Amino acid sequence: MSTPVVFDPSGFELPPAQKRSIRWMIYFGFIILGVGFLNGLGQALNYADIDILKYFPGMSTYYQGLTVHGVFNALVMTFAFTNGFLSLTTARSLNRPLNPFLTHLSLWVIVIGSVMAAGAIATGQASVLYTFYPPLQAHWTFYLGAALVVISTWIVCANLLVTLKGWRRENPGERIPLMAFISICTYVMWVMASVGIATEVVGFLLPWSLGWIEGADPLLSRTLFWFTAHPIVYFWLLPAYVSWYVMVPKQAGGKLFSDTLTRAVFLMFIVLSIPVGFHHQYLDPGISGGYKALHTVLTFGVFFPSLVTAFSVMWALEMGARKRGGKGLVRWLFKLDWKNPSLVAQILAMIAFMLGGITGLINASNTLNRVVHNTAFVPGHFHLTVGTAVTLSFMGIAYWLIPYLTGRKLVAPGIARLQSWLYFIGVLVMARGLISGGMEGMPRRTMLMDSPYKEMIPSWDLAGLLTGIGGAIMFLGAVGFYGVLVGTALFGKKEVTVPDLPFTETISAPTKTVWGIRMDQFRYWVTVTIILVLIAYGPFLVQYLPPKLTSPGLQIF
Amino acid sequence: MNNVEKMEKAWLTLSGIMLLVFLIALLYASVGLGITLPGPAGEIVPAEVRTTPPFDNPGVREIAPGRYEAVVISQAWVFQPSEMRFPVGAEVTFRTTSVDVVHGFEIEGTTVNAMVLPGQITEVTYTFAEPGEHLLICHEYCGRLHHTMFGRIIVE
Repeated sequence: MSTPVVFDPSGFELPPAQKRSIRWMIYFGFIILGVGFLNGLGQALNYADIDILKYFPGMSTYYQGLTVHGVFNALVMTFAFTNGFLSLTTARSLNRPLNPFLTHLSLWVIVIGSVMAAGAIATGQASVLYTFYPPLQAHWTFYLGAALVVISTWIVCANLLVTLKGWRRENPGERIPLMAFISICTYVMWVMASVGIATEVVGFLLPWSLGWIEGADPLLSRTLFWFTAHPIVYFWLLPAYVSWYVMVPKQAGGKLFSDTLTRAVFLMFIVLSIPVGFHHQYLDPGISGGYKALHTVLTFGVFFPSLVTAFSVMWALEMGARKRGGKGLVRWLFKLDWKNPSLVAQILAMIAFMLGGITGLINASNTLNRVVHNTAFVPGHFHLTVGTAVTLSFMGIAYWLIPYLTGRKLVAPGIARLQSWLYFIGVLVMARGLISGGMEGMPRRTMLMDSPYKEMIPSWDLAGLLTGIGGAIMFLGAVGFYGVLVGTALFGKKEVTVPDLPFTETISAPTKTVWGIRMDQFRYWVTVTIILVLIAYGPFLVQYLPPKLTSPGLQIF
Repeated sequence: MNNVEKMEKAWLTLSGIMLLVFLIALLYASVGLGITLPGPAGEIVPAEVRTTPPFDNPGVREIAPGRYEAVVISQAWVFQPSEMRFPVGAEVTFRTTSVDVVHGFEIEGTTVNAMVLPGQITEVTYTFAEPGEHLLICHEYCGRLHHTMFGRIIVE
């Protein structure tokens, strides 16, 4: 019944040089995340009227720290981790080495790009936050650095596709192994999605910051930005989904129910992730209601594959728990393997994601958006999603991935379990603060501590206090993670046989029907996506263009 | 296993129905209750805002009995005018644009919430049914002193 398409006992190992490159890609992501965490603590405490940012070396404003927090955590860390993780899953699943040149190149490009952008931010020349809306104008090295960070993901995508091509040549007529398929789907979606931000940065902002063009177009820039910056959340999320679908069931002692449904979910993400960006611009002038309504409908559509995921993953968890003697409608939850730190982190991440999904639907509702847009509600929402569902999953994955990549045994599993709980409880407290504050009009990304109007709304005080307390607990959880990570990498016991990736078995195998084979042909899905994107964005762009380059750059930060 | 397939089908169907119900609720709220979003309300050249009507004369005007127009210039880091007074029951149309960077226009305690972009005019209408004071907050990061950009709306 089970199929070798996911469950792969071959024990294939990457060449040591490629494994090392992937290891450093992951390390780099976690180093960046550490800097981001430090700043996050500063921001959270600021909500509770405690200023520690003034002790940070070289930090001149709150917004400079906020730029570090957003750019490092949401852009660089996620990209670096995903580059490494999905390169590994693809290669291991296809039993083939990657292209060595592209593997090393992607690491160098993301490091150089990050250093450039970080230099601009550190010197106070790019306090533009991770949305960098013009006419606020950063130093050109910020835009070029950001572009290189994105280009490194394109290099990884090319690498995965080259590897897949080689595999197809040697396995004609075979279905792509599931783990590789969903990993590659993630990159195919993202590369199409990143066309918007690439156009914005390379076509407009970079030449504008160099003085080659006079002005920027704020509305067009926002539109191109959100063309990419909604689907980016799926580029953050889907690597966690890869783990939840094809690794977590194995760790929990269960199996994946349906191969076909899993593929369908990832294909839905390719098709539906992109044409939804206007739901971030509901309150923008200059875009008419019809376009916004279309994007609302599609946004609710892209929620569907996540609901499917909830079923598949919960079913696999329940199966594992029942095998371990779990009973009852929900009591089986207690019989899950709560001793396995990798599993604990990811189950808690999933619970946070349920709340993240619900708050996301609130944001996406055009009517409710008028209440919560740009308030603290929004960071309350996305610290549950990218801040926890994704980040805590990455930490959980690291608990088997770092031992796999270093050949060392995980140290202090007790601390590893505890840190997940701390992080999870912390985010619940913090999100409670931010969400309630947001519903009372508390603005997001505003240095409320020094704000002259903060005192006028007493109900914000509790919201701010909870945000500070929750953020501090999250930070403690993060410290625990770094203790385990560094301890394992440096002092973990060398193992003779290193455990393989946790490969899940599927119950229903992939079919070789016409439609089954077509599922694996990306060109069909790419075509459908392009058509849908043209419908969702084409009429607006035709009506709006040419760009109105009337805004000169300002460095008022 | 057939049991699983049945449960899965039921789950997917319920999921689909749930999303559909949400969309119908949104449609009703948008069309039936008339909850609308800001949309195209004219374009403007940022450098010429102060010489282009109505922004050459910012302030509050009564345009018909009980109906007001409030013309506001958003700039780093003030709203001009920064204090506006309306009688209870006033239906106010706010017209604003930015002369420099992107700003936000949120009136705390109401559903007035919009973005202010250089080059675009933002228009929002709201009826102040009860007396009281509201903060007008710039909720989009607009530079070093963003957190000091606010105004007051007094309904009396």
